[in-house]
Amino acid sequence: MPDKKQHDEKESHEAEHHGPRPFWSGTITFGLVSLPVSLFVATRSKRVALRMIDHDGEPLARRYFCPKEKTALESEEIVRGYEVEKDKFVIVNEEELDSIAPEKSQEIDLRRFVPVDGIDPMFFQRAYFLAPSQGAIKPYRLMAKSMEDTERAGIATCVIRGKEYLLAILSYKGILRAEILRFADELRTPADIGLPKIKKAKNKTVTAMVKSINANSRKTLDRDELLDEGAARILGIVDEKLEADEDVLHDPEAIEDEDESEADEPADLMAVLKHSLQQKADRSNQSGKEKSNRQPKRAGSSKKKRTRKDDSSETKADMTRDELYAEAREINIAGRSRMTKSELAAAIDAS
Amino acid sequence: MSVRAFWKGAISFGAVRVPVKFYAAVADRSVHFRLLHKKDRVPVKQAMVNPETDDVVAYADAKRAYVTEDHDWVVLDDEDLDSIEPEASREIEILHFLPPRVIDHRWYLRPYYLGPDGDENNYAALVGALEKTGKEGLARWVMRKKEYVGALRLHEGYPVLVSLRHAGEVVSIEELEAPKGRKLDQKELDMASELICMMEAEFDPAEYQNEHRERILHLIETKRRGGSVKIRPIKQAKPSDNVAEALEASLKRERKSA
Repeated sequence: MPDKKQHDEKESHEAEHHGPRPFWSGTITFGLVSLPVSLFVATRSKRVALRMIDHDGEPLARRYFCPKEKTALESEEIVRGYEVEKDKFVIVNEEELDSIAPEKSQEIDLRRFVPVDGIDPMFFQRAYFLAPSQGAIKPYRLMAKSMEDTERAGIATCVIRGKEYLLAILSYKGILRAEILRFADELRTPADIGLPKIKKAKNKTVTAMVKSINANSRKTLDRDELLDEGAARILGIVDEKLEADEDVLHDPEAIEDEDESEADEPADLMAVLKHSLQQKADRSNQSGKEKSNRQPKRAGSSKKKRTRKDDSSETKADMTRDELYAEAREINIAGRSRMTKSELAAAIDAS
Repeated sequence: MSVRAFWKGAISFGAVRVPVKFYAAVADRSVHFRLLHKKDRVPVKQAMVNPETDDVVAYADAKRAYVTEDHDWVVLDDEDLDSIEPEASREIEILHFLPPRVIDHRWYLRPYYLGPDGDENNYAALVGALEKTGKEGLARWVMRKKEYVGALRLHEGYPVLVSLRHAGEVVSIEELEAPKGRKLDQKELDMASELICMMEAEFDPAEYQNEHRERILHLIETKRRGGSVKIRPIKQAKPSDNVAEALEASLKRERKSA
């Protein structure tokens, strides 16, 4: 299955960027106002990530190896190279890629503000939340409020980890987020594809379709309609096996491979986000580098418990399906993984 | 330039059936690097390894396991995974239609153009009907053994299907709390809004070019000829101490350049 493998490789590579560590720490400049921030990913990776094990049930780790020496490699032994001719590579590292655009690597310089609704949604690629660095809460709040009031988004290009991005900075409910936009040449036009000119349709057919569209219309989107049914089916089998205690390995010495412990990610991401948005203003100022190192995974998990407790006052309507699922799991509701959000809430209430 | 279709299906709602071909709407323009073993500059390969024994396990021989919150590992064999594979189908079912932008762009994952596949009258009518109603369709389909949720809409006059992230993959802003503090100064807010308005324009994607790709290729050429690049560490600036002063100076600067 070469296809599948490649896909998995890509996913595990992307997972490195999707952990609760900041994607980037740098400064937003707005005129002469400096706003140091960290970017945290606003999307989670797939909910049901499967781990690979060998025939004895031993967990496997993904490793790079050198086909010539036939040895497994540590990440320090791996470099990035660009193939300039067959089997001849020029080695390039991330620092070099950042250094060829020094200003853009440390600054998101907002010099252009556009109407939020004026950005074609097709350009949006991925979102990050902005968390203010120490002492930056005031300019952060000011920026967020004035952008929300004027209904404008800031546009800028910047270089992150050796790659240039087009960003839109948006403000909603006092929280700033950076959304990566596609560059114009990354989005093909119908002419690029070679799509034929659209012929004139028969009026009768159009009218019939309009009628059918209107008959099939709703006003709002229900999150439940976006449920991952494939993942739900996996969880269904998992529940059955757990109940029958079949094919279950109880807590094998878990080697927590950092990149692949995606199962823990969502809670951690939430905790880190909450934590970073609510920093105490009285802590001493520190440089960006120190700061990003100071947000290890542990800070997230120690906070996790507290977050849970705080949530207890929440009504079920405010809870996500995942939270409801976790609760249903605790009180052992059968068939929970196949339930929708509202079914879970009802089952919990009834138990 | 033309792009080849990679999949075929048929959009269906009510009694309507429109056969379409899928084309990737996103073009990859990144400069691609290979990962190499530092010592011998040989491109590395990936393998699944038992970290205890260092034994390499072939991908086909590995089994999958789901790790529960209690760190129990539930083993899923090929039979289990085959049993939950979605049924192959060419049907792109439209669950229903929604007003524009009700499906927020934060759900958007990847856009595909839909071209006609045979029935051109129905294809053209779909475009006309989407235009007339201004609505977007919420679609579900199975493509290459994977289930997708998508938004059917128009882009530059042609139908596109944008695959969507699944529920739970988008962190809800409602669950977060904005940074709090003392009431913001009205004068500072006014100045900030004024500064935003001075830098206002319509969004024009053509205005922004990825210049870094060129620079990367130039860097590679320089290094190939034995040159080097000076490394400059990334530093975070200090937050503005006096926001009012900074805003005032910014407004002055903008007015001058206007």
